[in-house]
Amino acid sequence: MEFESIIGLEIHVELATKSKMFCACSTRFGEEPNTQTCPVCLGLPGSLPVANEKAIEYVIKSGLAVGCDISLYSVFHRKNYFYPDMPKNYQISQYDLPLCVNGHIDLDMEGYETRIGITRIHLEEDTGKLIHVGGAGRIAGAEYSLVDFNRAGVPLMEIVSEPDIRTPEEAKAYAQKLRSILLALGVSDVSMEKGSMRVDANVSIRPKGSTEFGVKTELKNLNSFRSLQRALAYEIERQKKAIEAGEVIVQETRHWDENKGVTSTLRTKEYAHDYRYFPDPDLVPMEFKSDWIEKLRAELPELPDERKQRFMKDYGLPAHDARLLTEDKPMGDFFEETIALYKGDPKFVSNWLLGDISYYLNTENLEIDETAITPRHLADLLRLIDQGVISGKIAKEIFPEIFETGKLPQVIVEEKGMTQISDESEISSIVDLVLQENPGAVKEYREGKERALGFLVGQVMRLTKGRANPQLVNRLLREKL
Amino acid sequence: MELYQMTIHELHEKLVAKEISAKEITESVFSRIDKVEDKVKAYLLITRDTAFEQAKDIDEKIAAGEKISPLAGIPAAIKDVMCTRGVRTTCGSKILENYVPVYTSTAVENLLREGIVMTGKTNMDEFAMGSSNENSRFFPTHNPWDLERVPGGSSGGSAAAVAADEAIFSLGSDTGGSIRQPAALCGVVGMKPTYGLVSRYGLIAFASSLDQIGPFTKDVTDCAIVLNYLIGHDPMDSTSVKIDKPDYTKALVGDLKGIRIGVPKELMAEGIDSQVKSVVENAIRILAENGALVAETSLPNLAYALSAYYIIAPAEASSNLARFDGVRYGYRVPDAEDLMDMYMRTRAEGFGDEVKRRIMLGTYALSAGYYEAYYGRAQKVRTLIINDFNRAFDEFDVLVSPTSPTTAFKIGERIADPLQMYLSDICTIPVNLAGIPGISVPCGMVDGLPVGLQIIGKSLGEEMVLRVAYNFEQLFGWKEKPNL
Repeated sequence: MEFESIIGLEIHVELATKSKMFCACSTRFGEEPNTQTCPVCLGLPGSLPVANEKAIEYVIKSGLAVGCDISLYSVFHRKNYFYPDMPKNYQISQYDLPLCVNGHIDLDMEGYETRIGITRIHLEEDTGKLIHVGGAGRIAGAEYSLVDFNRAGVPLMEIVSEPDIRTPEEAKAYAQKLRSILLALGVSDVSMEKGSMRVDANVSIRPKGSTEFGVKTELKNLNSFRSLQRALAYEIERQKKAIEAGEVIVQETRHWDENKGVTSTLRTKEYAHDYRYFPDPDLVPMEFKSDWIEKLRAELPELPDERKQRFMKDYGLPAHDARLLTEDKPMGDFFEETIALYKGDPKFVSNWLLGDISYYLNTENLEIDETAITPRHLADLLRLIDQGVISGKIAKEIFPEIFETGKLPQVIVEEKGMTQISDESEISSIVDLVLQENPGAVKEYREGKERALGFLVGQVMRLTKGRANPQLVNRLLREKL
Repeated sequence: MELYQMTIHELHEKLVAKEISAKEITESVFSRIDKVEDKVKAYLLITRDTAFEQAKDIDEKIAAGEKISPLAGIPAAIKDVMCTRGVRTTCGSKILENYVPVYTSTAVENLLREGIVMTGKTNMDEFAMGSSNENSRFFPTHNPWDLERVPGGSSGGSAAAVAADEAIFSLGSDTGGSIRQPAALCGVVGMKPTYGLVSRYGLIAFASSLDQIGPFTKDVTDCAIVLNYLIGHDPMDSTSVKIDKPDYTKALVGDLKGIRIGVPKELMAEGIDSQVKSVVENAIRILAENGALVAETSLPNLAYALSAYYIIAPAEASSNLARFDGVRYGYRVPDAEDLMDMYMRTRAEGFGDEVKRRIMLGTYALSAGYYEAYYGRAQKVRTLIINDFNRAFDEFDVLVSPTSPTTAFKIGERIADPLQMYLSDICTIPVNLAGIPGISVPCGMVDGLPVGLQIIGKSLGEEMVLRVAYNFEQLFGWKEKPNL
């Protein structure tokens, strides 16, 4: 039987506000435990929440950026449940009156396009962090547990998608696109690694053509886009096999094990929580004027889709390049700043950014703005190639050093004596030597085997340690042959 | 006359005239506490040392020729529901028996800034749930008029402290009548201001949409003086109202001419003790004979107020009290097996019966499948009650009623019958549901026990309420004192 998968994502994003959601405490990451706390975020008796207006603004801007309807009347609810990481034993969240509803993100899957609906975006407070001491670091078997409330009360935006996602690739593309939009807005640093972006996936499968939903499972511990995609692929396969073997899929939460590459039962939903939501009487309903919403809309920066279109139009880039360059705001900025300095072929810049530079960044797990390379470096490097001072090959060789030291390319080239040999007489003598030493290849070429020319070029390059100007080598070889 | 018997405004005059010192006032009040506290049991904690330090500061200010606030050097008791930094705050509960707050509630801070002398923290029904002070987890407070009777609740300690002259004034909190009912039962003035007028920051929450802090005083003038400093917008409380602060003492105009007073028949109906009713009718007659235009009116939805209240208040309480779990502060069972065991036994032992009863009621009312039938419906009733009051205030400047359907009852008399106890607040609860101001002023006696007249105003209508109360007080001229 052929199946299709139905995927919906719930994404939590910590907002990059200076202060917490309901108090004035700092949101700084990585401070000593419990130093960023006050009576409010510790839930001390008598303390009261006051909503952070910046956080509300950030959520509304995010909603506008993904085409949501913004609620002019919105309410904070209390979500009641007991857990030691939650100071009040209720979380201030939103229930039936979220800030944003009914948005969407369009995905270009290179071959087809698809629209993923966004059900709602709401605002809530983060919880604290439990540290279990002794045992396996989990609550069961721990000697004792500690709570760090530095994160408690940090504004958290939850973005819930419609179950419109059909493949693990789409899920990854959706999450990445959302990230790029939020980065462009500057509302969060959206880092899965730091936990400021957390993705939970709901997935079920059904026979292709069916309109009913199957039983879904929820996947947790998806700590990177790659694990999101892998976990979904695994889970879809697991569900298929289970159904084909006549088993019943149980509604449950499953834990993704990145190392083993499998999902396993975390908890079943038999004991569904009753959160007893009710409007928080300590907070007044939020009411917004539509001109304020319009003002926020007007303030929206250029979003990735708009930028992609502009890159295609202004720089003549293919859609593929434009999409990749605009997924990441720093990458797009880097591209544009390089173009401004370099003034050469945009596609050349794009090739470098999406090729060697991206490869390096991926290998080192860095963002472009976390390295020593600046647009000046790239522009200079490309200009050196254009001017024939170095070859592309040399450029690739000196690249890691630019990343590591931040030295300008011309300096490295000078220091290493890697300047390209463009002196015709110097190359000419080497060409003569190569022809002399390789009579076989010379003969083959003369018999019409074009391939032999490549071999001879290679020999010249070998002798010059790659520094010979390739165009010149080609011309001279042909002339002499 | 002893200093402890005097009012705020009398003492202030003497302080300014340098006839007496803050130290002398404080000594006088503590001598009274030493004499009667064993009988009354109004206080959970007496802060004698800091009181004398505060008094000394005021005397130094006076000596230095500084202008002092009308509250400076005035001994005041604080209900143990308001956080006081460094001073144990129990909320009348075992679960907070050793809790020392790290910050002071805005309302108390507002008064400390004016230079009050804090005498201590007063007894109360646990988490402000009760109408008799019998739900205190420590001991019951006794009514100064008859030590075998309750002082009312939940702010019974604060009411008794003022009635017994163990404080010149005190603060209480009122969620369903917890200031006005004990004020009536103890023969003092007690006021619940408009919801949002006094900051709730630092007031340990019972029911957030109903709780409001207010004063107990010996007369209406003192009430206006305390209110002047108690109120004000607080950026720490999202429900705090933004208004220009009036001078409430300016509202105390000696004239009732043309003031329209409505008497809701629902609050004079069955359930009101007939003797209490006739004392209140006499009070209303005094108002009518002195220029007020009195007429009966009807607010039909008040019949449902008690039912709506006992959904909304417990629902909010069930969530507000969830934080008392033994994890971070307060009582924790010493020998828990695991997390769930710790939660359950800490709360089972830490909370008293009435608190547990209300947590269960509220949890049930908010549960999936019941929310609309209970909480949703109670909120609708609340809206209907607000509408009733709005309509009434189109016609009337204030409404009057008995504060409590009976005088003080005997300790132990109602404790086994929660429904009977809940009926103590039948006249006061609608005022909390509507978020409007209400005051109780003494209006007579039945069998040696005081009766209170409740005067209800429209939202932010404190000035009119105080004006009517002041006039009644002047006309009635009540001078009775408990004999301790």
